[in-house]
Amino acid sequence: MTRMQTQSQSQSQAPLPAQDGHVTADGRQIGGVMMEMKNITLRFGGVVAIKDISFDIRQGEIRAIIGPNGAGKSSMLNVISGFYHPQEGEVWFKGYRRGPMKPYEVARLGIARTFQNIALFDGMSVLDNIMTGRLNRMKSGFLAQALWWGPAEREENLNREAVEKIIDFLEIQNIRKTPVGRLPYGLKKRVELARALAAEPQLLLLDEPMAGMNVEEKEDMSRFILDVNDEFGTTIALIEHDMGVVMDLSDRVVVMDYGRKIGDGTPDEVRSNQDVIDAYLGVAHD
Amino acid sequence: MDQFFFAAEVVANGLMTGVMYSLVALGFVLIFKASGVFNYAQGVLALFAALTLVGIQQGQIPFADLINAAFGTSLHQFGWTVPAVLAIALTAGVMVLLAFLIEKLVLQHLVGQEPIILFMATIGLAYFLEGLGDVMWGADIKTLDVGLPQGISDAIEGATAEWFGYGFFIDRLDIWATLIAAILVAALVAFAQYTKQGRAMRAVADDHQAALSVGISLRFIWVMVWSIAGFVALVAGIMWGTKSGVQFSLSLIALKALPVLMLGGFTSIPGAIVGGLIIGVGEKLFEFFIGPMVGGATENWFAYVLALVFLVFRPQGLFGERIIERV
Repeated sequence: MTRMQTQSQSQSQAPLPAQDGHVTADGRQIGGVMMEMKNITLRFGGVVAIKDISFDIRQGEIRAIIGPNGAGKSSMLNVISGFYHPQEGEVWFKGYRRGPMKPYEVARLGIARTFQNIALFDGMSVLDNIMTGRLNRMKSGFLAQALWWGPAEREENLNREAVEKIIDFLEIQNIRKTPVGRLPYGLKKRVELARALAAEPQLLLLDEPMAGMNVEEKEDMSRFILDVNDEFGTTIALIEHDMGVVMDLSDRVVVMDYGRKIGDGTPDEVRSNQDVIDAYLGVAHD
Repeated sequence: MDQFFFAAEVVANGLMTGVMYSLVALGFVLIFKASGVFNYAQGVLALFAALTLVGIQQGQIPFADLINAAFGTSLHQFGWTVPAVLAIALTAGVMVLLAFLIEKLVLQHLVGQEPIILFMATIGLAYFLEGLGDVMWGADIKTLDVGLPQGISDAIEGATAEWFGYGFFIDRLDIWATLIAAILVAALVAFAQYTKQGRAMRAVADDHQAALSVGISLRFIWVMVWSIAGFVALVAGIMWGTKSGVQFSLSLIALKALPVLMLGGFTSIPGAIVGGLIIGVGEKLFEFFIGPMVGGATENWFAYVLALVFLVFRPQGLFGERIIERV
């Protein structure tokens, strides 16, 4: 927790990143723009879920999307990960404009995600679940794999090593053989994070990683998120309800309300933004 | 003593019939594992494969009756015969094409739907394929011969007669079917457990969304699984077709696969094998010991009664996964 506190203090002094590439007060390298959403509009029939929103995500930062229930945060994450396709607007990733991609194609680009309502393979063990995260990193032909022959066996071992590292990192060694269906909620969330990490993503999308957790579990999860960002240099975009957590974790925050963007900036800027305060506390209509 | 040997012979024959049941059940398990769908069309798939194989082998012109009715011609045969191996390879190709079309025309439009909807779609598919098989190749009963040895094995009869003083009657086709099924099962288990496609297949079975998010293409997996199921159906079609002729009642063997699956569990490949063997042996032994007391013909219902008992006491089958829902 100490690291989180120092970070939140440091952020109060950190200036808004004005140009490409800078170093945060706690020594992390923030690079140029990795992902850019331009004028995204998403409709479901007559319902407008996202209305003309633009924002960017920089290399190496932790970017939060917050907002009241039904603001369109999850829809935005689904647009980034290819589950929804916006009617208007452009999605740019690493300098290229992305066409309407299928979710599995987005995943192969190096964008991994977790889900608000945990989507794990309940019938498989924790280890197998995390191994699925590495499916796209396996190259040998399936005949060789079926026979465990030569390069295929080496490849499987390398992948196992990578997965074991993640298991150690997230401290879930003791449940590696347990079927995921039997795990308690908090651990499931952690396994889902592990599976996303196993893909060694460049951009990690977390949809309410701390929803429904108790204080202790939240602290653990916050620590893991910070460590992932710090040690692997993974860029992270997350949605979260817990304001305290968001302000502590993130470098920059996008605030949404009723499908519109009402704020964007460092946690401190957002905290003092009148629109944001109104959206969260309600305004007196007179 | 003769009674004992006779019972042993009954068991041996039961085991081999069981292998045939397992072959059909295997196709069901594969699709169930990969998409959570009970594929009602599996039996028809076997029929369709057998019809196509015979048709190609004998050089029949597909849709001959339709063409003749439309143009007043009287075409029936190309006038050539295709070697068995080539015909099997071509039929396998047709089954892959069929898998591709099923994905494109049916499954693709049902992503994320309830399993019951997908199940209904496979019922429709079953009727469609049965009709298609009829229109393509005609409704008459055909004999299938791909060169598998048939008839009572003299070698086994001679050897057992020498050792035990009792000659076992065992059909050579059954022995071959057992061998081929064993190889097929070993290959499928290795595939599902040790390959990345196998792992992806299990992932898709579990959760579509999660599978997409780790970069698995549902389309590819579905085409792959239906192709494999089509191939298993082809093998089952060859065995059953050689044994009892290619006729439309072949699609009813799928019904025998149901009790096999209830015994073995819908999600387990070894379960399909063991379930098939238990039912094969069980119904033969039951017929042998109890049959005479109740007037025979117990083979028709034994399997279903056994399945019913299992449904009451162990609904997930012998090897099936028990799915626990947390509330």
